[in-house]
Amino acid sequence: MGLLTLIVLLPLAGFLLNGLLGNRLGKGFVTAVGCGMPAIAFAVTIKCFLDLKGGGWAPLSEVAYVWTMVGQDTFEVAFWFDRLTAVMALIVTGVGTLIHIYSTGYMHEDKSYARYFAYLNLFLFFMLLLVLGKSLLVLFVGWEGVGLASYLLIGFWFGDMEKAAAGKKAFIVNRIGDAGFLLGMFVLYSAVGTLDMPKINAAFMGTPVPAVSASLVGILLFIGACGKSAQIPLYVWLPDAMAGPTPVSALIHAATMVTAGVYLVARMSGIYLHAPEASSVIAAVGALTALMAATIALAQDDIKKVLAYSTVSQLGFMFVAAGVGAYGVAVFHVYTHAFFKACLFLGAGSVIHAMSGEQDIKKMGGLARKIPITFVTFAIATAAIAGVPPLAGFFSKDEILWFALASDRGGSVLLVLVMAFTALLTAFYMFRLLWLTFFGKPRMLKEVEHHVHESPLSMTGVLMVLAVLSAVGGFLSIPHFLEPMVALPGVRPGMDAYHYWVVGGSVAIAAVGLGAAAYFFGGDASRAAAVKAGFTGVYRVLSNKYYVDELYDRVINRPLLWISDAIFLRVGDRFLIDGTLNGLASVAQRAAGRLSRVQTGSLHKYAFLVLVGMVASLVWMWRHG
Amino acid sequence: MDKVQMLQVLAASLFALGLTGVIIRRNVLVMLMCMELMLNGVNLSLATFAHNMGSAVGAVLVFLIFVVAAAEIAIAIPIVLLLVRRKRTLDIETYTDLKG
Amino acid sequence: MADATILSLVLYLPVAGMLAIAALPAGRDGVVRAFTLAVMVLQFLLSLILYAHFDPAVPGLQAATRVPWIPDWGVNYVIGLDGYNVLLVILTTFLGPLVTAGAFSAIAKQVKLFYAMVFLIQFAMLGTFVAQDLFLFYLFWETMLIPMFLIIGIWGGERRIYATVKFFLYTAFGSILMLAAVIYLVWSLWQTTGVASFAFADLYKARLPLEAQQWLLAAFALSFAIKVPMVPFHTWLPDAHVEAPTAGSVILAGVLLKMGTYGFMKLGFPLFPEATRLATPLIAMLSVLSIVYGACLALVQTDIKKIIAYSSISHLGYVMLGLVSLDLLGIQGAIMQMVSHGLVAGGLFLMVGMIYERCHTRELAAYGGLAKVLPVYSVFFLILTLASVGLPTTSGFTGEFLVLIGAFNAAWKPLAGTPGIPVWVAAVAVSGVVLGALYMLWFAQRFLFGAERVPHGPVADLNAREVSILAILVAAVFWLGLFPDGAMKRTELAAREYQELVAAKRAPAATRLTGEVPAEAVR
Repeated sequence: MGLLTLIVLLPLAGFLLNGLLGNRLGKGFVTAVGCGMPAIAFAVTIKCFLDLKGGGWAPLSEVAYVWTMVGQDTFEVAFWFDRLTAVMALIVTGVGTLIHIYSTGYMHEDKSYARYFAYLNLFLFFMLLLVLGKSLLVLFVGWEGVGLASYLLIGFWFGDMEKAAAGKKAFIVNRIGDAGFLLGMFVLYSAVGTLDMPKINAAFMGTPVPAVSASLVGILLFIGACGKSAQIPLYVWLPDAMAGPTPVSALIHAATMVTAGVYLVARMSGIYLHAPEASSVIAAVGALTALMAATIALAQDDIKKVLAYSTVSQLGFMFVAAGVGAYGVAVFHVYTHAFFKACLFLGAGSVIHAMSGEQDIKKMGGLARKIPITFVTFAIATAAIAGVPPLAGFFSKDEILWFALASDRGGSVLLVLVMAFTALLTAFYMFRLLWLTFFGKPRMLKEVEHHVHESPLSMTGVLMVLAVLSAVGGFLSIPHFLEPMVALPGVRPGMDAYHYWVVGGSVAIAAVGLGAAAYFFGGDASRAAAVKAGFTGVYRVLSNKYYVDELYDRVINRPLLWISDAIFLRVGDRFLIDGTLNGLASVAQRAAGRLSRVQTGSLHKYAFLVLVGMVASLVWMWRHG
Repeated sequence: MDKVQMLQVLAASLFALGLTGVIIRRNVLVMLMCMELMLNGVNLSLATFAHNMGSAVGAVLVFLIFVVAAAEIAIAIPIVLLLVRRKRTLDIETYTDLKG
Repeated sequence: MADATILSLVLYLPVAGMLAIAALPAGRDGVVRAFTLAVMVLQFLLSLILYAHFDPAVPGLQAATRVPWIPDWGVNYVIGLDGYNVLLVILTTFLGPLVTAGAFSAIAKQVKLFYAMVFLIQFAMLGTFVAQDLFLFYLFWETMLIPMFLIIGIWGGERRIYATVKFFLYTAFGSILMLAAVIYLVWSLWQTTGVASFAFADLYKARLPLEAQQWLLAAFALSFAIKVPMVPFHTWLPDAHVEAPTAGSVILAGVLLKMGTYGFMKLGFPLFPEATRLATPLIAMLSVLSIVYGACLALVQTDIKKIIAYSSISHLGYVMLGLVSLDLLGIQGAIMQMVSHGLVAGGLFLMVGMIYERCHTRELAAYGGLAKVLPVYSVFFLILTLASVGLPTTSGFTGEFLVLIGAFNAAWKPLAGTPGIPVWVAAVAVSGVVLGALYMLWFAQRFLFGAERVPHGPVADLNAREVSILAILVAAVFWLGLFPDGAMKRTELAAREYQELVAAKRAPAATRLTGEVPAEAVR
């Protein structure tokens, strides 16, 4: 068994051990297996990374087994490890391990401790399948699998119908995306004859180009990416997904799974390079999603909801980068985002932990003194996402803005303005969150306030590690590292001069956002209340998330049920089909009723009829004989 | 009229006699006997042809009919007995339970 | 022991079992149950030997027995295994013990008769699969009706009479048409070639004018489509499922429905290739209609069994789509989907039976939060639900994925001489993936999650017998999802043969009417 297979199988073993034996063998065993397997997987991944480096960056490849072979068509379960995989796999196993460790503290009291770690390991298994898969098929298995793990973890506390419903919603919305993904895969397969991603990329980069529209394939695959990475119109599941335990939100719904769509686009860059229309769609959808989610985040009061919308918004940033051809930059943002967003979510988890489960930031305030480690790490991560230099978020966001302006693959002034405005909103709502949570007067109940306490070391330790990474992670230039694989787009002529304007603008945006938040929410936040009072209509629309859920319910859900019930069931099955059949049956019954009168019961008449019949047939034979 | 024709006429008459009996008589037992008469008419016809054509097939059929007739009577008589036990009469017109 | 002997043994063990049960004294229900299970297990083990010995590289029949039967009519007793039926035979023998064990606690009245009927239907189903002679096939096909009729009619629910009559009339109607078509087919083969034969292999060579082919295909197709069932011939299925006892539902969903798709694959399509090619787009549309229609109806049902019944209609739509795609991947996918559906729907019906025994209602609204009360039950239920949804690593995915790939191949680059499937039809078929998730998860959510509502509670979780039944099933589901290659190897040659029979270019119509069989047609 090769190392790559081992990486994938380790979390699976963890899942099986914890799932089957966890309840019997106790918490110590669960913790050891649950955290140990990802940690070993992380170590093996590092080993693979060193091998990759030692081998002169030639991709490692390994076939686990042949899934099936039909005639010439072979589908094998194979793994592939190149620079892009290395980045993703290191994020997944690294951040994954950290979040597992954090979970030992966060979920300590939970009755379903073993089940939790089993699911978490299951998630890692599928996520690693996703990033290590060599063919789209394996990627898809992981893709659906992480959806499953996400479904299970969102609905982890399934006793609450709303939480179970959120899990179901996530799965189904993802399935809609997956249907697009499948379509793209089928079209690709009919055209190229393979699902092997290196081969597909090579086919599109070489000549002759496959006889299929790259944009069609690109858009179909992007529909899948929209589902998984929560872009318009399929983003609605992610905010609801916050029903899951907070470390899950950090791992799945911030750091790893939701970036799978970005990974897919970067991985299939061979197609997108030949699909300018698809790329424009990606950039446009990304920009729109980023802006829309940022505006919604302004008006949310649930600490996790704010972070969820900010995730949607940041994913939009990544897709803008991918849309303008800067795939390396998109992955760079995946990487920095994994650190600071994981840190934010885990920090939020620590806050919720301290607040005895309270998530409403209106009922917080003044926590900075009481939970200092959480506060400091949360503040660093907030600064990072807002783009304060020299923290990690600054570098990746700055590059996105730069390529949104200057890329020769679709960069434009409009795009950069939208993104800059979104970045401003991001800085603003993030500092608002920070302010309302940690500064000002405590607004919680007395008994809650009394209970506020710093989290155990297993949690704060992880927070500190992630905060450090959020601070310094940006110095490792991922785009540069990935350049031999996926080149950065060229710069439009005459744009070089504006590079420093963009850098300066980024800094200014972060500063303005911080200042504005401080201005509005400093003190007793009365200025913000005044603004809110001035724009009640706008505020209501924003806090209700543009009524998109309601819209989907009216336009898709209810008509579907209505058609199924009224048309298919009542008209189709009951009226048309069964109605016709019952009609036929009753006609036959009535006819039989008439005919039965011949059956008089008198043997004499029967015998006479026999005689008549015999005579008639004799006559007939005589006439025709 | 040669011998074969005469025998055939006799067979046909037997058959017609039996059929008439079945149609006009009301007594179940008599009807059964009339049925036997019909069967024997057919038997006679078969035997005649068999003899005339020198083939054994007709004779075989006659034996078959014998067996069938015996079996039929063996079942019919108990049925009639049961019927009589129920309604205390042999009049066929009272047995119209299967009327549709 | 020679393979042919083993196959005969597998086929006739149920008959022997039935006779032995009849000889047992009444009132010894425990003995009857144990005996039936033992025979079923033995049968399955024997069939495993057949599966292991089955050589994927040999085309045509294996383990065959040929005995002349009615030589004047060209009727022979021919049974054997080939790629078409090998998996279905294993599926049937695999489900046999599970059905038997699953009915231990559910069937309390007339136990002897019940297991005798289970044996009889097992015999008839296996016979239908292994028969290689149309006469024999028809005989088994009709025999199947009687035990099913009795199983629903005697041990069924409240409206069992309505359901049985509907089931019987539907299927009998189809069978009569098929009988007429069979007679005409053999007659015209005799007319054109002078050979009277009911052997499948000979009938494939019959050359009929296109018009005759179309009528015959219509007759066969109606009979098979009722069995599958395809929309709009499906309304017997939900009623039959709802009223049938659990064992009946499992047999019905697990094996009986596959008779229809098997019939299409083995007889309906290859016997009338030209008519089939012309009808391909139409059948594809009906298949997709089945997929969508079944899924939509499953969405609005309130009876647990009806949800699974309608989901069966949807899933078998995939099988039909794969069969008419005439693409190797699609055909293989169709076969996998048949087996997978047998396992998954069979398992779900078993599970519904288990909960029904405890709570005595099938109303979905009466349930809630079972995951808390019955954790083991819920785990199995969720796994089967996800397999039904077609999640990768389960057998459901293998089937659906290959069928859809096949459909798209047929849409973009159909085989020469075939019309292929319209692209939009293939695209609509993918929507089944979403709809499937919609109704199954909606079902699972109301059933397993939320506030606890357990009718007639408190109830006990699964016992050892039930856990072992389900564990075996789930293992098979994962096996076919993760390692389908072994099974698919065994069906590949058959899939190829089917493809050639249906898609192969044949002589133009004018030369076909001469009555001579052209040399190229004799394979």
